[in-house]
Amino acid sequence: MKKILLVVAVVALYILHQDIWFWRSSYLVFGFIPIGLFYQGMFSVAAALLMWLLVTFAWPSHLEKEVEKANPGEDEAR
Amino acid sequence: MIPAIVVFLYLATVLYIGIFAFRRARGREEAEDYFLASRSLGPFVFLFSLFGTNMTAFAILGSSGHAFSNGIVTFGLMASSSGLVIPLTIFLIGTRIWALGKKYGFMTPVQMFRDRWECSHIGTVIFAVQAVLLIPYIIIGIMGGGTTLNTISGELVPFWFGGAIVAMVVMSYVFFGGMRGTAWVNTFQTVLFLCFGAIALIVIGVGMGGFRSAAQALQASPMSSLLTRERISPYYFFSYTFIPLSAIAFPHILIFCLTARKMNQFRKTVIFYPLCILAIWLPCVFLGVMANRVTDVPEIRQKQEARRVLATQGRTMEPEARDHLREESAGDDVIMILLKRYAPLWLAGLLGAGIMAAVMASDSQILALSTMFTEDVFAFYGGKTRFGETVQVQTGRIFIILITLFAYAVALRAPETIFELAIQYAFSGYASLSPLLVAALFWRGSTKWGALAVAVWTALAVAAVAVLQEIVPAPAPGPATILWAPGGVEVLSRTPGGTAVFGFMPVVPMVLISALLMIVVSLMTKKPAASTVAKYFGGQNR
Repeated sequence: MKKILLVVAVVALYILHQDIWFWRSSYLVFGFIPIGLFYQGMFSVAAALLMWLLVTFAWPSHLEKEVEKANPGEDEAR
Repeated sequence: MIPAIVVFLYLATVLYIGIFAFRRARGREEAEDYFLASRSLGPFVFLFSLFGTNMTAFAILGSSGHAFSNGIVTFGLMASSSGLVIPLTIFLIGTRIWALGKKYGFMTPVQMFRDRWECSHIGTVIFAVQAVLLIPYIIIGIMGGGTTLNTISGELVPFWFGGAIVAMVVMSYVFFGGMRGTAWVNTFQTVLFLCFGAIALIVIGVGMGGFRSAAQALQASPMSSLLTRERISPYYFFSYTFIPLSAIAFPHILIFCLTARKMNQFRKTVIFYPLCILAIWLPCVFLGVMANRVTDVPEIRQKQEARRVLATQGRTMEPEARDHLREESAGDDVIMILLKRYAPLWLAGLLGAGIMAAVMASDSQILALSTMFTEDVFAFYGGKTRFGETVQVQTGRIFIILITLFAYAVALRAPETIFELAIQYAFSGYASLSPLLVAALFWRGSTKWGALAVAVWTALAVAAVAVLQEIVPAPAPGPATILWAPGGVEVLSRTPGGTAVFGFMPVVPMVLISALLMIVVSLMTKKPAASTVAKYFGGQNR
């Protein structure tokens, strides 16, 4: 269920990137940032939050275990 | 001249860092140490150098130049879509590549493909396609260096000389420092650019009398469409989201994924990547748009006049005259012009050094090509066994010299703007190669023949787009030239910025057909041995 929700979040964010609703608006947020640019800036912050969710809830820890199994004691050797 | 001196001092610092890395590694002429820094990079260096590797002249000069001509759409086109797609691919593919590299000792993507699909010469074909597509990326760095030094020195340093200096410096620290030197330099450069980018924004903003008045004046002027996305179609905007797929397919990024000491180091990189993109691209795009208000600078006025003539009279002009105007209106140097106009001389130098930092990201590509050549060709065809590992590293170093000289020679002749050159060839081609990675890592049923089909298709498609754009000149801004429209459906057209297929950029059909070829050809051909598949997926082949 957790993975499905994360996939849905990725797809939703991808769709939200196509913000056709601000396509022709030159409205200035705070009097100087064009709304289209402001929206896409906020989109980048949302992308970082999504990445945090992925890293927290879908981290491929099995890969780390496989590497540790293949190279036992590597960290100590360094 | 003072700014140019500051930039030269910066170049000397970068050179020192590269040589310092060389000294640290002296006496260890091992391929893994030279090409991958012994897979030992820490979290801070890994994040900033991986990000810095992607910040080329294209990101800084190309983005502000594109924004100068097309408006705020530039940020949504490449930056924010990259902020989603690139960390996602690093999370899904980069971590897996790192684990395979640790387990089986791979140093290049082709080594993994050869093992995964039990192939030899098909791997060489993939190497050749990757190498040919990587060279434009290296050229961008040299062109960006030439443009930056030329502008910052008030044209005292000619383009050819500026490009030569940048090529020389990059070649030297890659030659001596290998991956360790490159990663340290990239980290230094990224930190420098993040700091100076913020300073540049403030200084230029204050110089312009505040962005509020500039933005509102622009909103009230005939150029108000630059504050919207009117100049780009939604199809084109959507197409661009395919371009960031190229990042993970670039060999220098994949090879870089192998340098992390622990997989945990990917966590911070994945989370902070979109924020780093925001921090660098947003100011560049915003300043590029705002540069249109700096009409007291003759260079800006000339560019705007060239743009106006192109838009109003371009249709009736000869293609050569149009190309000339297009070059004249290109805004690759607007950031530098703004710095010259608003920053004090010493600060312009420091900020120029910051821009130089981003421009010089071609180091990783040069090193990646060298790694690929020595591992995928020299070592694979017996060179390492015959001559030993020390000769292998020396061969890599000679290759670095040759490839830099070649890229420099091409950079002197390349007529396209930095942005167009990057997008049209390297990015689309690598995006088209991305199904190779997805298939190798996530699909048991993929085969070497599917991989060959993807590589050949990518090479043909990139060549076809290049030839088409060479034969059919770009039209003036406005409606595209329709080349093929059976039954009234516009299939192929030549646009002012490139080529369109059903209204989309070529990268869309290139990626989709690549994926389709991988599936269809793999289904029709023999799978690798069950033991090989089990090595990658565990259990039995299904």
